[in-house]
Amino acid sequence: MWMYEKKLEYPVRVFRNDIGMAKFLMAQYGGPDSELSAGVRYLTQRYTMPTDKAKGLLTDIGTEELAHWEIIATMIYKLVKGVPAQQLREAGLGAHFAQHDRAVYPADAAGVPWTAAYIQATGDPIADLHEDLAAEQKARTTYEHLIQLTDDPGIKDTLRFLREREVVHFQRFGEALNDIQALLNNKNLY
Amino acid sequence: MNERLVMLREIQELEFTAIELNLFLDTHPQERAALRDFYTVRNKLVEAVRRYEEIYGPLTATGCSPKTNQWLWIEGPWPWEIEYE
Repeated sequence: MWMYEKKLEYPVRVFRNDIGMAKFLMAQYGGPDSELSAGVRYLTQRYTMPTDKAKGLLTDIGTEELAHWEIIATMIYKLVKGVPAQQLREAGLGAHFAQHDRAVYPADAAGVPWTAAYIQATGDPIADLHEDLAAEQKARTTYEHLIQLTDDPGIKDTLRFLREREVVHFQRFGEALNDIQALLNNKNLY
Repeated sequence: MNERLVMLREIQELEFTAIELNLFLDTHPQERAALRDFYTVRNKLVEAVRRYEEIYGPLTATGCSPKTNQWLWIEGPWPWEIEYE
């Protein structure tokens, strides 16, 4: 089960009213390599992992991804809060406003709704962990693109934190993969 | 910075350290130094949460509350509404 903790993992500060940035941040909110994809991917794959280490790691990283999803949602929420419809339209959020007002709906930066087709769970721990390693790298590079798209020091700071987490998760997934590969190789003694 | 944000910031720092050590220990369960660090920070975190909840109410629905005759859990600001400084 999960229990909600009434706090963000990392503070979200928005200094300038960079409304257009809300649209770009949707990439990490409801896009293919988003925090939502990451959370659902790991929390789905964990059931068929062969080692307790991997079950624990996917549970813990999957849970942290949900906290990151909340951080991205908070940035988007704060950026569009109270902004008039006309200004949202000028910032490229007219289509979003037409369908969702200022709701934080899980779609990507181009408005494409989130889908489970973004993730895979093969039941094969080697294949799944390789997908996870790739996912962390894709999220890292998306954060680097997002950091280049804004000059708000508050948003940059939070995005840098999230980028670093992708690097740490990549490292831990690599260790879990090595561990499982060693285990599977051991069983191949005839 | 107001006192509530200072206390919340301390909890965020301690809990982040705990999360980082948690993930490290998942793949290095035999690392004694990390295990020691985890329990040191975990004890500081429990204490910081206890001090915060005594004043501002529960951080989790089953957390401590300064007023047990009142349902403080639903009181804002919720995390996405807080004006961090």
